[in-house]
Amino acid sequence: MEPLTWTGSLGSILVPAIVITAGAFLTGLILQLIMGLFAPEVKLQANADGTLQGRGGLLGRLENYTGHLFLLFVLLCAAFIVLSWFMPYGDAGIMGEISKRFLPVWISLIITFTLSIKFKRSLGLYGKLFDSTIGMIGFALVMFWVFTAIFVGLFDMIATHDPLSQISGIKNKTPGFPVPEGQDEGFFPHYLLGGDNLARDIFSRMVEGSVIVMVIAPLATVFAFMVGITLGLPAGYYGGRLDTILSFLANLILAFPVILLFYLLVTPEIVATGLPNFLAAFLFVFPLVFFGVLINSRFKTQPSKNMLYLAIVLIPLAWLYMSTISAKGSPLFIWPNFLDGFDIPGGILVVFVSVVFVNSPTVYRIVRGLTLDIKTRDYVAAAQTRGEGTWYIMLWEILPNARGPLIVDFCLRIGYTTILLGTLGFFGLGLPPESPDWGSTINEGRKLLLIYAHPALPPAIALLSMVLGLNLLADGLREESLKD
Amino acid sequence: MLPLLRFLSRAITNNNTDKTGAFMGLFILRRLGVMILTALCLTFIVFWLTNLYPNLEKLAKTQGNFRMSDEQVETFLGNRGYTQSLPVKYGQWIGVLPGYVIEGTDGETRAKCAANRAPTDDTATFCGILQGEWGQSTVFKDDVSTIVGTRLGLTGKLMFWVMMVMVPGALLIGVLAGMREGSRTDRSLSTISIVSTATPEYVSGVILIAVFATPLFGMQYFKGTATSAMDDATFNNFFLPVITIAMYGMGYIARMTRASMTEVMTAQYVRTARLKGVSFPNIVMKHALRNALIAPFTVIMLQFPWLLNGVVIVETLFNYKGFGWTLVQAASNNDIELLLGVSVVSVFVVLVTQLISDIGYVFLNPRIRIS
Repeated sequence: MEPLTWTGSLGSILVPAIVITAGAFLTGLILQLIMGLFAPEVKLQANADGTLQGRGGLLGRLENYTGHLFLLFVLLCAAFIVLSWFMPYGDAGIMGEISKRFLPVWISLIITFTLSIKFKRSLGLYGKLFDSTIGMIGFALVMFWVFTAIFVGLFDMIATHDPLSQISGIKNKTPGFPVPEGQDEGFFPHYLLGGDNLARDIFSRMVEGSVIVMVIAPLATVFAFMVGITLGLPAGYYGGRLDTILSFLANLILAFPVILLFYLLVTPEIVATGLPNFLAAFLFVFPLVFFGVLINSRFKTQPSKNMLYLAIVLIPLAWLYMSTISAKGSPLFIWPNFLDGFDIPGGILVVFVSVVFVNSPTVYRIVRGLTLDIKTRDYVAAAQTRGEGTWYIMLWEILPNARGPLIVDFCLRIGYTTILLGTLGFFGLGLPPESPDWGSTINEGRKLLLIYAHPALPPAIALLSMVLGLNLLADGLREESLKD
Repeated sequence: MLPLLRFLSRAITNNNTDKTGAFMGLFILRRLGVMILTALCLTFIVFWLTNLYPNLEKLAKTQGNFRMSDEQVETFLGNRGYTQSLPVKYGQWIGVLPGYVIEGTDGETRAKCAANRAPTDDTATFCGILQGEWGQSTVFKDDVSTIVGTRLGLTGKLMFWVMMVMVPGALLIGVLAGMREGSRTDRSLSTISIVSTATPEYVSGVILIAVFATPLFGMQYFKGTATSAMDDATFNNFFLPVITIAMYGMGYIARMTRASMTEVMTAQYVRTARLKGVSFPNIVMKHALRNALIAPFTVIMLQFPWLLNGVVIVETLFNYKGFGWTLVQAASNNDIELLLGVSVVSVFVVLVTQLISDIGYVFLNPRIRIS
C-alpha cells in the first residue's frame, strides 16, 4: 500500500481554490475592520420602494464581497466533502477519507439543519438560533461532536482501528501511513492521522475520545447546576445567615486555584482514603432533593398524585444514586450486590466529582444573583399573597423566569467543563493514561512535541472546535434571547 | 492608563471627606477580616488533605525505606510528630502553638524547631509560617522559603510580560468593539475574543509550538522550550509562553471592556455630548473611556487567579521552572512542606487581588455605596 497524500487527486483544483477564497475572505475582513473604524455610522433610511438604505460606497461593496466570499468558501468545502464520498478508496487523500469516515455525521447534520431551518418559526428559542450565523456555526460544531460521539459510542462506526491496539512499525509515523500487509480481511489499510508514541491510531483515538468528553462534560454540568440551583435559590430568597454561610463556602472553593484543588483531590493517596466517594455521596444527593422538592411543592395539595409522581421519579433516581456511590472496594459499599446495577470505574468517578465540585459554586453565585433580582418582581409578590409555599415560589415562579441566562450559562459551562477535563488529562490526573480522552492524548503528545508534532494536534484541534462551538452557540442564544 | 490614573487620584481626593474616609476604613477592615478567615480555612483544608494518612505513609516510605512494615511507619511518623492531632499540627505549622519536642522510641530527641535534631538552648519555641519557618523541601533539599522566593521571581517575570501584552491588547479590542454596538467591527472583534476565550492554554500552547517551533509547517521561528528564558529571556524563547497565557485571558477582559463600553456609550451624558455636536473620536476618548475603564480594572485584578492556572500549564508545557512548575513538582512528588508553602502563596495572591479589586472598585466608582 502506498502512503496517502493529504488531498489526493482532488487537491489539484479544489484545494488552491479553497485557499485563495479563504485568503481573500480574511483580507477582506481585515480591510473592512480597518475601514470600519473611520467610516461614518449608517443611519436607518427608507427608500421610496419600501426597502432600507444600506451602506454604500467602497466599504458597503466590501461588506457584500466578504459575505459572498464566505458563502463561496463554505460551498467549496462542502463540495470537497461531497465529492470525496464518491471517489474510490485512496483517491481523495487523507482529508477525503476522513470526510468519508464521518459520512453518518454529515448526513445527520444535514437532516438536523434542513428540518430545523424549515420549521424554525415554530421551534421557539431553538428555532431563533437559526437566524444568527454565529449561532448556526456554533450549533454545527457542537452537533458534529455530539453525532460523532453517538455514532462511535453506540454504533461503533467512525473509528478505523481499535483505540488501544498497537501495530508494530507504525510508532510515531506521519499521517496517511499504510498499515503493514498481512492483517485480517476488512482491516483499514492506513493510519489516517498517523500513529502515536505507542503505535496506536491517532484518528481512532480522537473520535473515541469524543465519547468520554461528551458523556462526562454535559452530565457533570447538569449535576453542578442541580447543586447550584438547590442551594442558590434559598440563599437568594431567604438571605440572612443562610446566605452568608453558603456564600462564604462558595467563595472558599472559588478562591482555591483549580489545579491545586485537582492535585489535592485526584491523587491515588486521597482516592485511597475514600474522600471522593464521600464527596460523591454528598453531591449526588442534590438531584434527588431537587426533584423531590420540585414535585412535592407543586402537588402537595393532591396527596395521591403527589405520591405517584414522587415514586415515579424518586425510585429510579434513588436506585441510580445507590448504584453510583456504592462500589466494591470503596468505603461506601453499603448496597447489596444484586441491586447494584453498575459500577463506575474509580478514575472516572473521581474526575466527575472534582469537576462538579469546582463548577457548583459559580452556578450557585449566578442563581443566587438571579434570585435576588427576580424575587422583587410583582408575580412573586402575587404568589406570596396567594399563600404559596416558599419552595413553590422558588422552583415554580422564580426558576422558570431565570431560565434565559441559565441556558446561556449552561452552554458556556459545558465548554468550561470540557476545558477542566482536558486540564485534568493534561496533568495525567484521574483517568487512566491509556484513556483516549482529549486531555490525556494531548498530554501524551506534548512529551515528544518538538520531535513529533502530529500526535498532539488532532485532539487539541478537536477540543478547540468543541469548546469554540459551545461558546459561539451560547453567544448566538444570548443574542437571540435578548431580541425578545 | 493615564486617564485611569488621573481618575483614580480624583476619586481619592473626592472621597477624602471624614465620613467616607471612616466608611472606607470600616469596609477595608471588614474585608480584611473575611480575608484572614478565608485564608485560615483554605490553608487548613490544604493542610488536612496533605496530612491524610496515606500521604504520610508514602512520605515515611520515601524518607525511610520502601520495605517498612506498618508498625515501623507508625513509629517513624510518631517520632517526627506526624501522629499528633490535626489541630495541634496545624497550630504548630502556623506558629501559634509551640513546636513539638519528642523523645522518640529510638532514643533520639527531635524538635520541630531544630529541623528534627535534638533541641539546643537557642532553639525557638515557636516555629511556623508566622515566624518565617516554612520547612524543608524533600525533593529539592532546600528551604521552602528560598525555593518559593526564586520561583516566584521567575514567574513574576513571565507575568509582567503577559500583562504588558494582555492588558493593552484586551482594552483596545474591547473599546473598539464597544464603541459602536452591533456594527460589523463589533461583531468581528467579539468573535475574535470568543475564539480566544475558547482556547485553553494547553491547546493554544500545543498548536503554537507545533506551528512555530517545529519544522512541520516550515515556520520554525521560535523556540519550543523556555528553559533558557529563566536566565536570559529573549523574544525568541519567551514569546510563545507569554502569548499563550495572554491569549486566554485577553478575550475575557476584552468582552468585559466591551460590555462596559457599550453601557457607557448609551448613557445620557454621552447622548448629550453627541447632541451638542462633539465629534465621535472626542466622545470616545474624552467622555466615555474614563468611565468605561472602571469595570475592566476589577476584571483584570480578578484575572490573577486564572493567570495562576495558566502559569501552571504553560510552565509545565514550556518547561519554564517557575512557581507553577514547582507546584506540579511538589504535588506529584508528595513534597508536603513545599506544597503547603506553594498553596499559602497562591491562596494569598488570590485573596489579596480580590481585596484590591473590591477596594479599587469602590475607589474608582463613587456611586457605589455598600450597605
